[in-house]
Amino acid sequence: MNNRIAGLMLAGAAAALAACPAYAEDTFKIGLIVPMTGGQASTGKQIDNAIKLYMQQNGDTVAGKKIQVILKDDAALPDNTKRLAQELIVNDKVNVIAGFGVTPAAFAAAPLATQGKIPEVVMAAGTSIITEKSPYIVRTSFTLPQSSTIIGDWAVKNGIKKVATLTSDYAPGNDALASFKERFTAGGGEIVEEVKVPLQNPDFAPFLQRMKDSKPDAMFVFVPAGQGGNFMKQYAERGLDKSGIKVIGPGDVTDDDLLNDMGDAVLGAVTAHIYSAAHPSDKNKEFVAAYKKAFNSRPGFMAVGGYDGIHLIYQALKKADGKTDGDSLLAAMKGMAWESPRGPISIDPETRDIVQNVYIRKVEKVDGELYNVEFQTFEAVKDPGKAKK
Amino acid sequence: MTSILTNLFDGVAYGMLLFVLACGLAVTLGLMNFVNLAHGAFAMAGGYVCAVLVNRIGWPFFAALPMAFVASAVIGALLERTLYQHLYARSHLDQVLFSIGLVFMTVATVDYIMGSSRIFIKLPAVLQGQFDIFGVGIGRYRLMIIVICGLLTVGLQLVLSKTRFGSRLRAAVDDPRAASGLGINVPQVFAFTFAFGCGLAGLGGALSAEILGLDPYFPLKFMIYFLIVVTVGGSSSITGPFLASLLLGIGDVAGKYYVPKVGPFVIYTIMIVILIWRPNGLFGRTATR
Repeated sequence: MNNRIAGLMLAGAAAALAACPAYAEDTFKIGLIVPMTGGQASTGKQIDNAIKLYMQQNGDTVAGKKIQVILKDDAALPDNTKRLAQELIVNDKVNVIAGFGVTPAAFAAAPLATQGKIPEVVMAAGTSIITEKSPYIVRTSFTLPQSSTIIGDWAVKNGIKKVATLTSDYAPGNDALASFKERFTAGGGEIVEEVKVPLQNPDFAPFLQRMKDSKPDAMFVFVPAGQGGNFMKQYAERGLDKSGIKVIGPGDVTDDDLLNDMGDAVLGAVTAHIYSAAHPSDKNKEFVAAYKKAFNSRPGFMAVGGYDGIHLIYQALKKADGKTDGDSLLAAMKGMAWESPRGPISIDPETRDIVQNVYIRKVEKVDGELYNVEFQTFEAVKDPGKAKK
Repeated sequence: MTSILTNLFDGVAYGMLLFVLACGLAVTLGLMNFVNLAHGAFAMAGGYVCAVLVNRIGWPFFAALPMAFVASAVIGALLERTLYQHLYARSHLDQVLFSIGLVFMTVATVDYIMGSSRIFIKLPAVLQGQFDIFGVGIGRYRLMIIVICGLLTVGLQLVLSKTRFGSRLRAAVDDPRAASGLGINVPQVFAFTFAFGCGLAGLGGALSAEILGLDPYFPLKFMIYFLIVVTVGGSSSITGPFLASLLLGIGDVAGKYYVPKVGPFVIYTIMIVILIWRPNGLFGRTATR
């Protein structure tokens, strides 16, 4: 029977069978494609951990079906992603593909999701346009314009007049830069220096020196989650912290995963982001404690994206009464709202993108450890990248 | 004005680092005529040895640095005896395939053992931060790199030109057959030189963790840089690679500072221009082999 249902979803060959998709499939398969090796490996590990944790807590049976997660490592290379997604859909006949550590990976799988009519749950990648690449994409991570516009507004209101920007030169970096710039200059701020650094950048020194010499009030920084540590080290080495240039930006640079190793130079960095391990809700305290106990490390926003992603799949399956075809699942996912460790979130029924609170946080020392402490909340922020249209 | 000097300083530090990393390759490639693309793997080994000693076992940084040298040199000597020496007489293609294979194996092994994320070596407070001399910002760590690498360069030059071993090595390189006819143990000289070059790379790897970042992909990421240093510098002496390293270091830093939009391309442009002007490198001798 397994073959029958999945074959249906793929080729639509046996149209007659479409009438009876409720033929009991015993297992519900989730193809999880994340980078487990390479520079983005921390993303994949967090997502994998979070999903394991969720399944431990909530069991592996939903609506009478046994959930099976098939983990594949794409090392964040889009060619691999595409091949793996195809294998998962055609050979393993998965019901959902999920994960996607970087934007190009999410793009690569999009046409396959459309053709196979299989929901693609994006748990990490943050470029605004991703959800427009296929009507089957649903996102549980965040978009960079969500946090970048907020920090732009915040900077204007808090007396920051001159900003130098340093962003990684790829889609999410450009997204972050564009949306920050728009809000910040609209509010009367001035960009005094704009530097895009190569994604594979060994040495920030010359760029940082340029930042320092342009004497801004603050510098807006976006680097992918894994590079934050190196950046903050060099920021401190160059004495930018002492010359009073504050770091502001979306929260990727102060990712919880690495924050504690960055040293005291990072104290006082103000970022806008969707999740902090220090978020003061019971749900989050429980989540952080369970995650720390199971994996001996602190969950970051990537882990939360994975945790919410698997929750969404569970709930959709429940709501669809065990129907496993892509369209039923997708219909169930649209508009779903729940309380996540990061706060209340929902899936926008029109854009299939996540709607969530964005918090302004400052890095502070709590019980001898560094945390992003939230001090201001912007509620139910939709992706500004799409709201414009 | 002061930022020019700071940039110059950063560039020199970067260049010195490149030199220590790459001069071993100049020896194997230029002097021994062996294409060793796995050179960066020895640098990475040194970096990881230093990181483990400092971060996990708690050695002081300055004690771990020499160990990075020793460990890489020992690994280099072992591999030279067991693997490399069989390939000296083979074609360059075989050597390339062999050494690139070695690189992939190292990458996978280190990834498996140490994890794939970038690691840092805990530095003593003395080496952190920057101080000002007449308004010129001097990074302490970079200053240390310049001092260590400067001393090494002078030492190497003296050893090569003034000592008995130096003259044996030069003789063995110039004409191996005549040299062994004169009773010089050529394979031994080469083995020792190879190990020493690996040791230097290991030291460079340990020093570069802070600036270039240390992860399992280090040998692949920086292979190009090493090769540029050797091709631009030519390989007849160590002066060539040394000057080439400085030129590239300063060019790279200045390029990224003054024209950040095309910064990463500056060193490639420098390389192309120099190679058009002098196809054998700045100090290359006209191809003899």
